[in-house]
Amino acid sequence: MSTLTETPLSKAKRELLEQAVIRFAGDSGDGMQVTGSQFTNTVALYGNDIATFPDYPAEIRAPAGTVPGVSGFQLHFSSSEIHTPGDSVDVLIAMNPAALKVNIADLKANGILIVNSNSFEESDLRKAHLTSNPMEDHSLDKFRVFPVELQRLTRAALQHLGLDAKAMDRCKNFFALGMCYWLYNRSMEPTVRWIDEKFKKKPLLVEANKLALKAGYSYCEATEAFQISYEIPPAQLSPGLYRNLSGNQALAMGFVAAAQKAGLKLFLGSYPITPASDILHELSQYKNFGVLTFQAEDEIAAITSAIGASYAGSLALTTTSGPGMALKTEALGLAVATELPLVICDIQRGGPSTGLPTKTEQADLLQALFGRNSEAPIPVLAAATPGDCFWIAVEACRIALKYMVPVIVLSDGYLANGSEPWRIPNLDEIPAFPVKFATDPVGFQPYKRNPDTLARPWAVPGTRGLEHRIGGLEKQDVTGNINYEPLNHENMVRIRAAKVEAIVQDIPNVLPNGDPEGDLLIVSWGSTYGAITQAVNGQREKGRKIGHLHLRHLNPLPANVGDVLKRYKKVLVPELNMGQLLWVLRAKYLVNAVGLNKIQGRPFKQAELDQKIEEMLGL
Amino acid sequence: MTTTALPPLTPLTKKDFQTDQEVRWCPGCGDYAILSAVQSVFPELGVARENFVVVSGIGCSSRFPYYMNTFGFHTIHGRAPAVATGIKVVRPELEVWMVTGDGDALSIGGNHTMHLLRRNVGIKVMLFNNRIYGLTKGQYSPTSEFQKITKSTPYGSPDRPINPISLAIGAEATFVARSVDVFQSHLKDTLRAAAAHRGTAFVEILQNCNIFNDGAWFGLTEKEARSEKVLQLEHGKPLVFGKNRDKGIRRKADGDIEVVQLGNGISESDLVIHDAHHPRPSYGFLIAHMEERPGFPTPIGVLRAWDALPRFEDVINDQIQSVIEKKGPGDLNKLLRAGDTWEVK
Repeated sequence: MSTLTETPLSKAKRELLEQAVIRFAGDSGDGMQVTGSQFTNTVALYGNDIATFPDYPAEIRAPAGTVPGVSGFQLHFSSSEIHTPGDSVDVLIAMNPAALKVNIADLKANGILIVNSNSFEESDLRKAHLTSNPMEDHSLDKFRVFPVELQRLTRAALQHLGLDAKAMDRCKNFFALGMCYWLYNRSMEPTVRWIDEKFKKKPLLVEANKLALKAGYSYCEATEAFQISYEIPPAQLSPGLYRNLSGNQALAMGFVAAAQKAGLKLFLGSYPITPASDILHELSQYKNFGVLTFQAEDEIAAITSAIGASYAGSLALTTTSGPGMALKTEALGLAVATELPLVICDIQRGGPSTGLPTKTEQADLLQALFGRNSEAPIPVLAAATPGDCFWIAVEACRIALKYMVPVIVLSDGYLANGSEPWRIPNLDEIPAFPVKFATDPVGFQPYKRNPDTLARPWAVPGTRGLEHRIGGLEKQDVTGNINYEPLNHENMVRIRAAKVEAIVQDIPNVLPNGDPEGDLLIVSWGSTYGAITQAVNGQREKGRKIGHLHLRHLNPLPANVGDVLKRYKKVLVPELNMGQLLWVLRAKYLVNAVGLNKIQGRPFKQAELDQKIEEMLGL
Repeated sequence: MTTTALPPLTPLTKKDFQTDQEVRWCPGCGDYAILSAVQSVFPELGVARENFVVVSGIGCSSRFPYYMNTFGFHTIHGRAPAVATGIKVVRPELEVWMVTGDGDALSIGGNHTMHLLRRNVGIKVMLFNNRIYGLTKGQYSPTSEFQKITKSTPYGSPDRPINPISLAIGAEATFVARSVDVFQSHLKDTLRAAAAHRGTAFVEILQNCNIFNDGAWFGLTEKEARSEKVLQLEHGKPLVFGKNRDKGIRRKADGDIEVVQLGNGISESDLVIHDAHHPRPSYGFLIAHMEERPGFPTPIGVLRAWDALPRFEDVINDQIQSVIEKKGPGDLNKLLRAGDTWEVK
């Protein structure tokens, strides 16, 4: 097995940068997500702040070389704090003409373009519906273009291993990755370790991928292709131990942590759906934590099995995306009526219907708040960043268990797959909320409530003397007996609403970032947190009086939201939907807020936010 | 939480399983007889009352849990199998019984029924089949006869009915039986057999809805018909029926079955011997729907009882145990710190 040695730089000039944005783009079979993740992990380990944006098609393998098959992974890494994956890119790696065609508009003028020149034959151009060869038609003149024979060079580096051509070609993404490591002066070591682990049962592939990686690095070294390399020093994040974490991983770990802090077993009932499936994959690995994952026959069985598990005394969870939420609607009502603790994660994607399965959107807010028959209020929380998903998971469980209610957690495709450096908490930083089941038969009534929280007792099967019946029919308060009397029904509807309202006493007031009062307040929720934070910081540096109020609790809303809204002359609510939080705020607070709405399956760009902010400020 | 079930404190009686709730089925409904049979059998099972959980979906039959003094969960239409599965996998020591109807289990909940059966979750299922939608006042159900006149089919039902027993055996259920509301002692025996089965036990109970489909099973339950039209299955015994036990079921050369008259050189030794314990469901399927053919009787009793298949909840919990044994109990601190980490000072 070869050992990797990195020769020190010779003649190439090294330039110090504050930040860079790099995008890997290729066929969905080219391994762009792996390549991007490896680069991300390496720079994160080095200490850069990072924000990523994986962007891939819904088709697993669209016809090779075509535009619908293009998969991309964008990474923003920096020596200062950053919140977005970046509007435009400094370096674009395009594995074929289709990837070039789709992504070139985002490359900055004078940006670095690395292309696999072996894939620009007549037939490749035709697959991408290009009439002329961009490598020859001067359309790329404003960029620094580096045509590299990725395929030929990779094959040359691996030919002695005896792999077939297809297997060798599959390593060319690591050749490109090696080049990028050279370009940004990064160690290949973390990726080498990953290769060792990933292919440990296939020594030949370990060898091949390491060789390809090293060949890419050496190619830059030997040919001095770039003339220049870059250095981005580590960022000054708050002290602590960090790891790189995606939103779905964070949710999974958050639920495991919450189950331990509650002293309960975790049950997940789920049905595979993009972009939520990774939570199921993660949790199914944690069996030694006693986590029981049940891949149900459909979305309805996923939530109803979770309701059964909750009834039987587990911390129960179901995970899905918008179409699955729609299917779970009736069962959500059952959880409301039976007042059982349950957490429902909706990892939002573009809709309606099947919509844009792999693209992000935040258009399920009103569905989460109101999408049930009759009066069925449910607390709703939304994570702000990939790392915040961990804390939102813990908070959702805390509320569900304390108030005996189902709780909806909203995340989205952008948070689910995006990642950021996450400061690992000490266990005592995670709140504990040990659960006590009802055990005393004396005076037991299934709907006798805790006067503070209005929660009913959790009386699990197997507890002697607490035999009782629950169900979806309207019931009498206290006794839980079926009851259809008019006044009882109104009373029960009001109690269920009051119980959710009571949670407001238990959640902190929100403080706006930036100016505590001023010309403009931006109100946001969910994954737009990063982009808006970045925009507000930039605007305030220019002396503008702006505040940013980001909501993690969407039902109930924190008690002071109305007061904060009054402290600014104007209110802007940017959302990746047609104005759903806007609608809520206008209805609830009679505030003349304005929306900025984007429904393209993509996050906000900095420029889009800046333009609207400046327009509202009359600039 | 207890993970091992305690035995009853004192011997339980039928009365211990009755609730103070007023039973709201129509007078004369077959459900009363089934409720009585279940309340009689439960005390015999050696299970503490608090360890029984009765789960139901929606429909007349699904009001059942309210009348059983056990833990009970009246869920939503068609979803009882999934709720019950959730309960059973996290608490395998509980004795979970499910009550459902022909519409609940075979129409809106057909998918869940199939998956419950093929997973072999240790749940007892009682499907009350009255061949009609009662609670919505008289529309045809998935077991209603072809061309049946109902409120929603004034010119006759265009649907071919499904046979619950065929469906269960087709899904390779490990225990499949049929009984009748008014055959009290047969019903109790069948429920006892179901209780003794570890895997999923599926029991179809033919039940009369005297309001919307009165007499649906009179062809079997009227005194004259009982012996002529009903074939009572017993493991290891030949398939014989008829008032004078003079008819039987014989295998044909092509593997199919036929009704034969005993005598004239045909004796019981020529008949099919009932084998409920065969590992394969093929024989059970062959006899499952014989009553749909002219001249054939309706089989009741245990069609299939093969209990060698591991239960779903055991497979899933054993897997968890084996991972814990291999990796040691999960350490949250280690989980959070797994993979590549770096320190910022």
